[in-house]
Amino acid sequence: MAVLVFLDHESGVIRQASRSAVTAARALGEVHALVTGDAAVADAAARIDGVAKVLRAAGAATAHELAEPLAAVIADLAPAYSHIVAASGASGKNVLPRAAALLDVQPIPDVVSIVDAETFVRPIYAGSALATVKSSDAKKVLTVRASSFDPASAEGGAAPIEQVTVPDGPAVSAFVSIALSKSERPELESARVIVSGGRGMQNEENFKLLNPLADRLGAAIGASRAAVDAGFVPNDYQVGQTGKIVAPDLYIAVGISGAIQHLAGMKDSKVIVAINKDPEAPIFQVADYGLVGDLFEILPQVEAALDTAG
Amino acid sequence: MKVLVPVKRVIDFNIKPRVKADGTGVETAGVKMSMNPFDEIAVEEAVRLKEKGIATEVVVVSVGVQQAQDTLRTAMAMGADRAILVLTDVAVEPLAVAKVLKALVAKESPDLVLLGKQAIDDDMNATGQMLAGLLGWAQGTFASKIEIADGKATVTREIDGGLETLTLTLPAIVTADLRLNEPRYASLPNIMKARKKPLETIAPADLGVDVTPRLTIVSVTEPPARQQGIKVESAADLVARLRNEAKVI
Ligand SMILES: Cc1cc2nc3c(=O)[nH]c(=O)nc-3n(C[C@H](O)[C@H](O)[C@H](O)COP(=O)(O)OP(=O)(O)OC[C@H]3O[C@@H](n4cnc5c(N)ncnc54)[C@H](O)[C@@H]3O)c2cc1C
Ligand SMILES: Cc1cc2nc3c(=O)[nH]c(=O)nc-3n(C[C@H](O)[C@H](O)[C@H](O)COP(=O)(O)OP(=O)(O)OC[C@H]3O[C@@H](n4cnc5c(N)ncnc54)[C@H](O)[C@@H]3O)c2cc1C
Repeated sequence: MAVLVFLDHESGVIRQASRSAVTAARALGEVHALVTGDAAVADAAARIDGVAKVLRAAGAATAHELAEPLAAVIADLAPAYSHIVAASGASGKNVLPRAAALLDVQPIPDVVSIVDAETFVRPIYAGSALATVKSSDAKKVLTVRASSFDPASAEGGAAPIEQVTVPDGPAVSAFVSIALSKSERPELESARVIVSGGRGMQNEENFKLLNPLADRLGAAIGASRAAVDAGFVPNDYQVGQTGKIVAPDLYIAVGISGAIQHLAGMKDSKVIVAINKDPEAPIFQVADYGLVGDLFEILPQVEAALDTAG
Repeated sequence: MKVLVPVKRVIDFNIKPRVKADGTGVETAGVKMSMNPFDEIAVEEAVRLKEKGIATEVVVVSVGVQQAQDTLRTAMAMGADRAILVLTDVAVEPLAVAKVLKALVAKESPDLVLLGKQAIDDDMNATGQMLAGLLGWAQGTFASKIEIADGKATVTREIDGGLETLTLTLPAIVTADLRLNEPRYASLPNIMKARKKPLETIAPADLGVDVTPRLTIVSVTEPPARQQGIKVESAADLVARLRNEAKVI
């Protein structure tokens, strides 16, 4: 049987994390992609390497990926599929458990490794342990961590596109508005380098001191929960157990203590750098390179060192 | 308006969980347990709705072992009116919890079920969405703001790219994210008062729900440890190592 992958998109662009979900799904069978939105989204899905067929649920009901109509579409399509997969982003986590309930299936969230068609590895306790779980459900519903699977190439496919109908149901929810934080920088989940700031940045003004460093490295900017709660940056910057899970080549933590909930979101990064004035800060336990000192003195020094030819 | 708040007893968020030597799970014996932090936020929100005169009754429910009573008492000390313990020794999965909650919704007829967005032990982030699916109700997940008026809930949600706002027709399901509010600490007099508030215990079978798990744990292991890193002396040394040793810039 084929595998159904729900590809979520933002402003018409399919998220890179969803292309990672395609890679994960290919290990399980032929991939059929479900998308909502404009024809352009379906066209983009059809070009993704490894997608054999695109199913487009067009129309007002699904335009904003509302969970109620979308879960109904997935439940409708489910009989033809052995597995239903999505990336573990906000959209996949909103929709897939609801679809699973309609199918009487216990979903398997945040899969980081596929052992076989019914056995999966997923982190629990903020990544303090890895659980290998085997599902006895006839159908498997899973979300996968993008940081654990390379994204399928955005080009190379030429899949046919089919329209699917959205089942009628009462419209119990309605979209009002969306406020996306704008940034010229790369997306956190797909950035090669991330510069992240914590409470140690002190305030919104000082947090901007990370910009020159991020500019030089072509980096995305992230934050700890403390920095977000204090209003230095918007919520979508948060890295951690309840924020984004990232695994860039280089993660630079500035003024972040390294609470387990923060580490949960970044400890699989290839190289971790920590800048912190407290030599005992737990972040140094996971850092490959630690620099103890006042970040306000160190940041300009790092920039200067980057500006000298290596 | 009645609000139902499911609360889960989990290992306290300050404690570093240890994997059992036999690889069957995480050690919970003798470990400090507390209310799931997201559920504290859900209880707080429900109590605030009551204080504003929007909610008339706040009922908390936990599905779990006898000691989950402590968690329910904490919720009542924060201001919930009464509690239901659905007693089971089985490790219940979100699907089973959602079925239990659906049966309780039929009994209690709440207008709003406010859950945490995820439990910090198994990190499933699923129960609320599943309950909404089983009931056919609207769902507003990862809420950072809730406003109730005219039979509707307006919910602001934390999504990948920022914030989204939805309106939900009541009855509805909302799951709480971290920035919805800052939960209060229960005062000593309120802790005393909570001891006298009603706590009913029932069995999943009384509700006609089968809680048999669908997932079996094959093994639970420690994640691979990172190699011990080094402390560098200067920014120049750091940049040189990132260039020449790690080769990431
Ligand atoms: C249920 C739950 C979920 C959570 N989810 C997340 C999550 O997803 N992500 C997350 O990040 N957190 C999360 N947290 C919060 C987490 O527990 C920590 O509170 C948070 O990560 C701390 O942020 P911080 O490191 O910026 O702040 P702090 O712990 O206050 O650390 C600040 C650090 O900055 C250093 N510092 C200060 N000034 C300077 C200076 N001038 N120069 C150099 N260093 C300096 C200090 O030495 C300190 O180590 C969660 C908590 C709970 C309970
Ligand atoms: C170490 C370990 C061992 C395990 N062993 C087994 C096993 O042997 N067999 C097995 O089948 N499963 C096992 N499990 C799975 C486990 O019992 C549940 O599947 C899991 O805890 C439920 O997911 P969640 O709590 O993360 O739900 P989430 O969906 O993340 O919870 C979201 C919200 O739902 C509500 N909620 C969730 N659960 C409850 C509850 N019980 N009562 C009231 N409200 C609730 C709360 O409001 C909560 O904030 C194990 C889990 C762990 C961590």
